[in-house]
Amino acid sequence: MAEPKPSAASLRPLSPHLQIYKPMLTMMMSIVHRITGAALFFGTLLLAWWLLAAASGPTAYGKFQWVMESWIGLLVLFGYTWALIHHMLGGIRHLIWDTGRGFGPAEREWLTLATLIGSIGLTLILWIVGFLVTGGG
Amino acid sequence: MEKGSMRTPLARVRYLGSAKSGTRHFWHQRVTSVALIPLTVAFVLIVVGLIGRNHAAAVQILGSPFVAIVMILFVLTSVYHMWIGMQEIIVDYIHSESKLTWLMLNTFFCFAIALSCIYAILKLSFGV
Repeated sequence: MAEPKPSAASLRPLSPHLQIYKPMLTMMMSIVHRITGAALFFGTLLLAWWLLAAASGPTAYGKFQWVMESWIGLLVLFGYTWALIHHMLGGIRHLIWDTGRGFGPAEREWLTLATLIGSIGLTLILWIVGFLVTGGG
Repeated sequence: MEKGSMRTPLARVRYLGSAKSGTRHFWHQRVTSVALIPLTVAFVLIVVGLIGRNHAAAVQILGSPFVAIVMILFVLTSVYHMWIGMQEIIVDYIHSESKLTWLMLNTFFCFAIALSCIYAILKLSFGV
């Protein structure tokens, strides 16, 4: 196919897009917020499976538990936990920003860093508690 | 859209009147996100409480009134929240005619998930 001749309109400068900016933490976390949101969207399939298995009976529930206790199941659950907590903390940060606070150069950086460190820390704590509850089984 | 116009989209629609519902999803996303803070904490605690428990224990806990009500609130609120969120993602990235199909699929998926979860919770609550 022949290249269409560039028109005057298509040659006009466009507003700069992502690739022109230096990667920044706030920008990265904005992208991660959307990615974790999309992941949680599909993660509800697991939630529905869990509840339906419980409502179906011991066999279905056993099957669900068997999958979730495999190493790949645990990996997915670990990711799910982090995505959920990270999206929630990111959401709280956005709610703070919605009030017009926390936009200063230093504040916005530490707020963003806090959501990242907080989500990783809380996920690890939850999983350690989980392993203690089950005795590592 | 007029080709080659230098006017911004905002200038083109200004003073033409509004649809009166432009901020509805923005606001509902905020309302659900505030509600989801305590609901998510409660959901995580319920899940942690069920780790390693067998089916009988899961049925007993998930079917108890307080836990069931919290779970239904969590499911309804998060599904509505994710429905708005996915719609936002779709309109941001898909500009072709297929956008409508994706928007419909989003709605179907959300209804299916919400209904499945709530059906299961109610069944656990009322037995059989």
